[in-house]
Amino acid sequence: MDWITTVDHKKIAVLYLWAGGFFFGIGGLEAILIRIQLIKPMNTFLDAQTFNELITMHGTTMIFLGVMPIIFALMNAVIPLQIGARDVAFPFLNALGFWTFLFGGLLLNLSWIMGGAPDAGWTAYTPLSSADYSATHGVDFYTIGLQIAGLGTLIGGINFLATIITMRAPGMSFMRMPMFAWATFITSAIILFAFPAITVGLVLLTFDRILGANFFDVAGGGNPVLWQHIFWIFGHPEVYILILPAFGIISEVIPTFSRKRLFGYSSMVFATILIAFLGFMVWAHHMFTTGLGPVANALFSVSTMLIAVPTGIKIFNWLFTMWGGQVRFTSANLFAVGFIPTFTMGGVTGVMLASAPADFQFHDTYFVVAHFHYVIVGGLVLGLFSGLHYWWPKMFGRMLSETLGKWTFWTFIIGFHMTFFVQHFLGLMGMQRRVFTYLPNQDFDLLNLISTIGAGLMGVGMIIFLLNVFLTSRKPADAGNDPWEDGRTLEWTIPSPPPEYNFKQTPLVRGLDAFWKEKTAGHKAMTPSEPVGSIHMPSATPLPFVMSVGIFIAGLGFMFSRDEFGSAVMSFLFNNYIVTALGLLITFGSMLLRSLYDDHGWHIEPEELEGS
Amino acid sequence: MTTAHAEAADANLPHEPEKATLEGRNKVLAFWLFLGGEAVLFGTLFATFLALRNQTNEGPSANELFHLPLVAAATFLLLASSLTSVFAIQAMHRNHPAQLRNWLVVTVVLGALFLGLEIYEFSEYVRHEEFGMTTSAFSSAFYTLVGFHGAHVAFGFVWIAVLIGQLSRKGLTVVTAPKIYVSAMYWHFIDVVWVFIFTVVYLLGKVG
Ligand code: HEM
Ligand SMILES: [Cu+2]
Repeated sequence: MDWITTVDHKKIAVLYLWAGGFFFGIGGLEAILIRIQLIKPMNTFLDAQTFNELITMHGTTMIFLGVMPIIFALMNAVIPLQIGARDVAFPFLNALGFWTFLFGGLLLNLSWIMGGAPDAGWTAYTPLSSADYSATHGVDFYTIGLQIAGLGTLIGGINFLATIITMRAPGMSFMRMPMFAWATFITSAIILFAFPAITVGLVLLTFDRILGANFFDVAGGGNPVLWQHIFWIFGHPEVYILILPAFGIISEVIPTFSRKRLFGYSSMVFATILIAFLGFMVWAHHMFTTGLGPVANALFSVSTMLIAVPTGIKIFNWLFTMWGGQVRFTSANLFAVGFIPTFTMGGVTGVMLASAPADFQFHDTYFVVAHFHYVIVGGLVLGLFSGLHYWWPKMFGRMLSETLGKWTFWTFIIGFHMTFFVQHFLGLMGMQRRVFTYLPNQDFDLLNLISTIGAGLMGVGMIIFLLNVFLTSRKPADAGNDPWEDGRTLEWTIPSPPPEYNFKQTPLVRGLDAFWKEKTAGHKAMTPSEPVGSIHMPSATPLPFVMSVGIFIAGLGFMFSRDEFGSAVMSFLFNNYIVTALGLLITFGSMLLRSLYDDHGWHIEPEELEGS
Repeated sequence: MTTAHAEAADANLPHEPEKATLEGRNKVLAFWLFLGGEAVLFGTLFATFLALRNQTNEGPSANELFHLPLVAAATFLLLASSLTSVFAIQAMHRNHPAQLRNWLVVTVVLGALFLGLEIYEFSEYVRHEEFGMTTSAFSSAFYTLVGFHGAHVAFGFVWIAVLIGQLSRKGLTVVTAPKIYVSAMYWHFIDVVWVFIFTVVYLLGKVG
């Protein structure tokens, strides 16, 4: 019950972590099934339809329900602590964002047991995703499930923006803010400007499929390329929503374990902003082969290649940070160091793809698959592992086992390169992506076998990580405030796990790497910026959960509104939008309740504060 | 102004009560951000409409369909409601809860009239022109863009109506003031979007 009603950002972080981890596991199983099917030519392990459903759900699940929530988990766990705040700006909305994500994700996955999963690829290109070509409810689950989950992401983004703008501790100017906080800030801004585009895209596709609208239907005057524009004007910024937080994590971990400040802090900030800005200008590099014409292709090609400049700045800054530092190879740092070359390789193939004429050759082959897995898995997932190993003691008060952490790292990274390195060559040799099998004797056989074995090895790495988590949870929670001993930022100044109110007294920030600065000045703790006083806390509430259940019901109701049912009662309820209305009533009713009964929260008085 | 008012004005209410607390300031800031997202949302809908506005699929075209007098009347109502919501906020800043409430009532009434005209317009198209969601890409884009705006107006109507109720029960406080302020921001935003709809959909449809 506690977990359903909580509005504490630290508990919401844990919820995001478990839910994201759960979906990540499902996405991983889907990946293994895909790789088993491709282990040899003309395999009959899966049929074509199931394969299509698996690749669609794998991509969609991993991006929207796996890695994004884990990113949000780390942001929720760390950001208020790093900026010296007692909570986020809107605790209630924070909980609401989590629950809408979870129910959207559950809705999407219900498709497996309710008549077929989406099968048009994670990009849902029209007309493949139209009612003509995709006749089950699969794509409806996609449009409506993602819509609900996307709502949660948008709410989270606005919340982090407001939190970072108004709730930084005294003295923490923007240019003294840790890089992970900067990354969160910019990522949230991208979310704010990119997600509404996909919201509209999903609405249009839903209307096409359920209400018979003609947005993408050529016969009614519609235009399928319009979908691609809308999808990618969201979709390309989305890949920066994924990678910038990883950049942020790496920029925290490497300085800590090099005992040096981050090299080129201001250029890092500047590069992050520039990447975000350019990220909105390059969407059509996914559409070179659509026939936009040479002028458009040339412009998008050049603007895409420009992104390599700020990205390169970041990579050199990380290298210069380690240069001459006292580098400690903890598991967290291994993942961070492993990130650098792996991500760089993904960037290099990105620049190759950005060359429009070359892309005509690479497009829709395994070369593209290799590229984006190098950036998303070799970049983001390594970054997340790094962040999880780094902040685990802060979140749970327990140190993960270093030995198992290193085993995770080595199995995972070797498995990763085995899986995806060879796919570059498969792509160059002409193996198409999204095709459920291939003919023998095209030189594809051995490389595919290697790729599948590598995927298995990555699975082993994941299992070792889960084992590590399990064993750690049985150890006593005895991590100190600053378990790595070289913590530089504010989260390491308070107990692990932090008390409900985070900071007994809001700290005074006197420079970049606030804690490190105090340490080098010979202080053991931060100087407080306020006397000990009573602390205001928001109260727990089930409303965010109930509101999300309402949206979930409304979504299901709308999805089946045109169906014929065996039972007359069911037909009556669904075809007259009664189920939809009921769901909306639950949601809006909860909003009304929320609005009518002001939540004044409660206070923790100075006598109750630990160690006062 | 100094005459004692019967209304329950709180003498201690600060000049800009919506920004008096951190929570209030957060609300206003977050709402600005939210409107940024809404701008992208409507921007995408406008782009879609512009891409498809000539795809009439042998159905009615914009020129055949639209009656500018009707739309002009709707525009007038909505613009007027924006003005009355400004008066409401001014009353709030002068700490006059009763005036505030009255102006809010005028605002929602104007909003409801606007919605009434829009429903009438849509039903005319569907009944007499056989112009429905499925007719053409143009019709889909039209109903989606204008309908989204209409849904926003309807939501704003309910929202402000609830706030009027709240105002009567709880009075004007540092808790209610940010909500009212933010709802007024929302209302202006809807109004601005309508100005674009009037230009891009209706005027351009008639002459462009
Ligand atoms: C220097 C940076 C990068 C460049 C120049 C670049 C360039 C490209 C290009 C041109 C394509 C289109 C290939 C095609 O479909 O023919 C592509 C695809 C893709 N990229 Fe990147 N990219 C970069 C970084 C990233 C990052 C950081 C991510 C994610 C974190 C990413 C994720 C993806 C994905 C998911 C696709 C495939 C989309 C699909 O068709 O399903 N890329 N990239
Ligand atoms: Cu891209």
